[in-house]
This record gives sequence, C-alpha cells and structure tokens, in this order.
Amino acid sequence: MRYIDPHIHMVSRVTDDYERMAAAGCVAVSEPAFWAGYDRSSPQGFFDYFRLLTDYEPKRAAGYGIRHYCWICINPKEAEDVGFARDVIRLIPEFLSRPNVLGIGEIGLNKNSRNELTILEEQIALAAEHDQLILVHTPHLEDKLKGTRLIIDAIRRNGAIDPGRVLIDHVEEHTVKVVLDAGFWAGMTLYPQTKCTPQRAADIIEMYGTERLWVNSAGDWGPSDPMSVPKCRLEMARRGHAPGTIERITFGNPFAFMSQSPHFDLDA
Amino acid sequence: MSIPMTPGEVVDAYFLEHRARLIDIAAFLDRVDRAGGCDDFRMAAFGRALDVLSDGRPERARRVLEVFSDPTSEPIPAAGTKGATGAYPGGGA
Repeated sequence: MRYIDPHIHMVSRVTDDYERMAAAGCVAVSEPAFWAGYDRSSPQGFFDYFRLLTDYEPKRAAGYGIRHYCWICINPKEAEDVGFARDVIRLIPEFLSRPNVLGIGEIGLNKNSRNELTILEEQIALAAEHDQLILVHTPHLEDKLKGTRLIIDAIRRNGAIDPGRVLIDHVEEHTVKVVLDAGFWAGMTLYPQTKCTPQRAADIIEMYGTERLWVNSAGDWGPSDPMSVPKCRLEMARRGHAPGTIERITFGNPFAFMSQSPHFDLDA
Repeated sequence: MSIPMTPGEVVDAYFLEHRARLIDIAAFLDRVDRAGGCDDFRMAAFGRALDVLSDGRPERARRVLEVFSDPTSEPIPAAGTKGATGAYPGGGA
C-alpha cells in the first residue's frame, strides 16, 4: 500500500533512505525548512538551503519514484535575532512560486519567547498575504503545551487564516484535542525517544478518530526513523484496524491537506 | 473509533514489552539512589508522574505529559537556550 511521509528532513538523510522508503510504499514526502543543528551565519545560508529544498532534493527523490515537496520559512530556533530573521523572511516570497513549494513552514515556537512569537506572527502574516498553506512546529517536551496554546492564539489574532489550511505538528495526548477542536489539522510525529511512538499514535487515532489527523517521521539528523510511518501502519494492522482506516491516516489525509496547494499533484 | 481488540488481547500483545519498561524505570530510580540520590526538579516531576500511573483514573498519558509541562501562559522575555529539559523547573501543571 502507498503512503506519504508529510514531514521528513531528507537533507539530513542518506539516499539509501529514499530507497528503503520507496520499497515500503512511499510515493511522496514533504520537507519543511528547519534548524540544521547549527545556527546559520548569514541569510545567504538560508538562500542556499531553500535552493537545496527546491532544486536538488526533488531530483534525488525522483530517482526512487518519490515526489518531493517542501515548505519555506525561518524556523523558530533561529528566530531569536529578530533582525536576522527578518532578513531571511525577505528571501521567502521568491521561492513560493517554485513548483514543489506547498507553503510556509515549519514556523512556530521553540522556547516560547517574545522574539520567537514576533517572527511567528510575521510569517503568519506572510502566509496570509500570499495565500499559502501553513505547517507549524510546536515546541518540545515541557514547552509544548504552553507553546501550542500561544501558537493557536497567534493564528487566531491574524484573523485572515482558515484553520483548515493549517497543520499543527508534533501533537501528543495533551495537545491533540485543543488543535482539532479549533479546526486545525494535527500531525503526530513518530520519534524513538521523544514525541509519539507508533503505539501511542494508534491510541490517539482510536481516541480522536481519523478526521484531520496524520502521522509523520520528521526524520532528521537526530535519533529518528524514516521508516516510522510504515511501522505505524503495521501497528494499526496488528490491532485489526481496517485497511481503509490505515490508508486514510497515512495517505488520504496528507493528500487532502496538501492538495489545497495548487503545486501538489501526484499525477503530474 | 475504539480499539479493535479485547482487553485480553491488549494484555497479551503488550504486557511483556511494558513489564520490561517498568523494570527499566525501577532500575533507573535505583541507579539515581546508588549515585547518592538527587534533589532535582526533573526527578520531582518524575515522582509526581509516577503517582498518576497508579491513581486509577483515565487519560494517564495526557496527565503525565501535563505534569512535566510549563503551566504558565505568557511568553518568556528571551529564549536563552534552544534545548528543553523535559520538566518545568517551577513544577508541573
């Protein structure tokens, strides 16, 4: 069965991962712009990163029959320097017309600071101005609950964003309900040590249903597993969930959300 | 949507895996003690989270996560660091 990994940082992964994912049924990935494990020393570093996401990575994925899409932004971990962040934001509009760009992301908060919030609000406004989908990163560990609430408040304050065009990622048991109740899409990230396991993701699906919910690996340079989406499929099958339910969570829902972008077309 | 397994099937499928994890937690607490104990806000939160596991009430996963969470609502003045410790220094929600 086919699946989509709608959040994975292939820039951090070896080409063998594309082969393994394709063999497991992956037909498309989407790659949000993120923190590379170090702070870039100039906005030009982001320009080159955005070129990698829009030029190079789609070609590497295509070698294995996988469609590569991406999201452009400055991530919250490099948003504390507001002047620097604004220089990066000025680079974003020229990339939004690239054929594999789905929207602005992954924007959000990391430590829930005032400067992070300022840059989040400015990128929400940028998405509204350019009619772009939004993919949101929520903070880690003890900062997630507060950060998720601050992010939802910030999106609502903008007033021009349809929550059905926003995916709030890395939800867990304490944040999934507030995200779904507010009309947003919710992503569960399957990490070996933090965030969700495939078992807990299956639990959350059983508790909250399949509406506006997806799973992703967010595979990156840290402890992570690019095969975690098929592992979640296996966990759901092991419990006896219907193939249609598994298909909806791992293909139909990411397909439906990302199809709101005119750039997303698996048949093209 | 409910879990399409009986209670017995759930226990059969997951008991051994989680028995092992429980012993890992016990061994971790013993390890901290053997190292001389630790007056650390993370371990205090850990203890409160363990209380949740045995209180007999539902939604334990959500409530454990809330124990470790920052309960405040205002942005902090500056980030200072990028990392997270796993528990709120001032006590959980």
